[in-house]
Amino acid sequence: MTSLPASEQQAAPAREENEFTSERHVYEPHKIGLPPLGPYARELWRRREFAREMARTNLRAQHFNTVFGQLWLVLNPLLLACVYFLLVYILRGSGSRGVEFFAHLLAGLFAYYFISDSIRLSVKSVTGGGRLILNTAFPRALLPLAGVITAFMRFLPTLVIYIPVHIIAGLPFGPHMLWLVPLIFLMFVMASGAGMLVSALQVYFRDVKNFLPYFLRIWLYSSPVLYYADEVPDGLQWILYANPLGGLLTAWSDVLIMGHAPEPWAIGMATAWSFGIFLAGGLFFVSREREFAVRL
Amino acid sequence: MTYRTSLESAPTLKSTVLKLGRRERVIREVHALKGVSFEVPEGQVLGVVGANGAGKSTLMRTVAGILPPNSGRVEVHGRVSTLLALGVGFNRKMTGRQNVVLGGLAAGLTRDQLAEKYDEIVSFAELEDFMDMPMRTYSSGMYGRLAFAVAVTMEPEILLIDEALSVGDARFRKKSFRKMRELCTEDRTILLVSHALGSIKELCDQAIWIHKGELRMWDEPENVVDAYTEFLEVGEDAFTMEDV
Repeated sequence: MTSLPASEQQAAPAREENEFTSERHVYEPHKIGLPPLGPYARELWRRREFAREMARTNLRAQHFNTVFGQLWLVLNPLLLACVYFLLVYILRGSGSRGVEFFAHLLAGLFAYYFISDSIRLSVKSVTGGGRLILNTAFPRALLPLAGVITAFMRFLPTLVIYIPVHIIAGLPFGPHMLWLVPLIFLMFVMASGAGMLVSALQVYFRDVKNFLPYFLRIWLYSSPVLYYADEVPDGLQWILYANPLGGLLTAWSDVLIMGHAPEPWAIGMATAWSFGIFLAGGLFFVSREREFAVRL
Repeated sequence: MTYRTSLESAPTLKSTVLKLGRRERVIREVHALKGVSFEVPEGQVLGVVGANGAGKSTLMRTVAGILPPNSGRVEVHGRVSTLLALGVGFNRKMTGRQNVVLGGLAAGLTRDQLAEKYDEIVSFAELEDFMDMPMRTYSSGMYGRLAFAVAVTMEPEILLIDEALSVGDARFRKKSFRKMRELCTEDRTILLVSHALGSIKELCDQAIWIHKGELRMWDEPENVVDAYTEFLEVGEDAFTMEDV
């Protein structure tokens, strides 16, 4: 990131072995600066079970393991889809919008809610984890990641709900649906990056979480969820490119609704944005995380 | 180690924007530790004494790598485990069983290790009948016992222990003191913060006394404890407050 102080550079070889597990640790003055990334990633991977257990705990706390608890999580986006369907139906006048559009709306909302849930759940993960952060040394990135995993576990059952709608709408099944796997992976990557970004920002500006609902709402309206991507007027096409979810949700709808492999521009934009956000959020978070304990 | 304490309750974007206009910074610096230097040889137990707010917990967190120092250098050879507060990572809505898993994973154990240690933890805490009840239904003593049991089951090379490990009734305290002594006699390096001066004398090989962020004394435990009690002017009364 920014230029390292001299002592940091000297200390780098000594700390390269392993940040958390090695036989020898040296802690020197530092505020900003990346820890050695290889060992960091290894330690993150070694501790992944903790993030999963935290996610599971979050879900249990929301009564996810009861029938009605799960039903509610699914009902919420389903009812929302009905509301938006009605809205679009009225705005557009009668006609052209049938079950097929409802399937598009539902799939888009479910995917969008995975991303926005990830962000909502991870934003307070660092500031809310004060006791944990002050008393244990571990890669802090686990905290926002637990939020993303929670959102992912909530996202999976909604996919099951989508299936009957897909069948009722008479949409095709086929080998092109294998594209869903890389697309969901890209969503996960983007959600993790965005989660790390907002949770680190929240440490410095405690009102980030208050701005978030407005930001997320605008993001939804500028994404091809309430409309098809090819309905966007020519003059406004740039929104699809500037919106991190533009390409991704276009590809999502291409595969699920249109029944063909995503167009190259869509998958290209999706990949670029996902990894871009992941890198930006990840580097920002990891370079700042050693300062979190002081800031809480 | 310097803390920057902001006088505002919480930093916000709004206040930052406002401050940009006024160019003021409401920050008061607290120097929690100033030039504290010491060394602990492998396998020894170091006791840390000092009044409230002397910087003992900050010292522990700096050694653990949780708080970065502003200047100076901390060198640690070995795997560190911290026992700074009880019940870190616990969730009161969850059952005891789930919390053992959660707390253990937070402390860096693997699932396999946990499965192996689970019975040991439960029998140490003597909570066999309560493991499937949510922890919010536990009494505070039971909560503390389970937290302590999870904490001492880790087997690190270097252990940092902060005070407030006195939980449960008299019987459980005795048991946890025995456990602590067992940990201290094994071949591991321990930094022990305690107000129980008798335990410091009994368990430690050497001791330091921190006063207002500065290293006041570094000597045999007897000498440090004597000097410290003299300083506190509480005399022999201190030894009746027997805690670990």
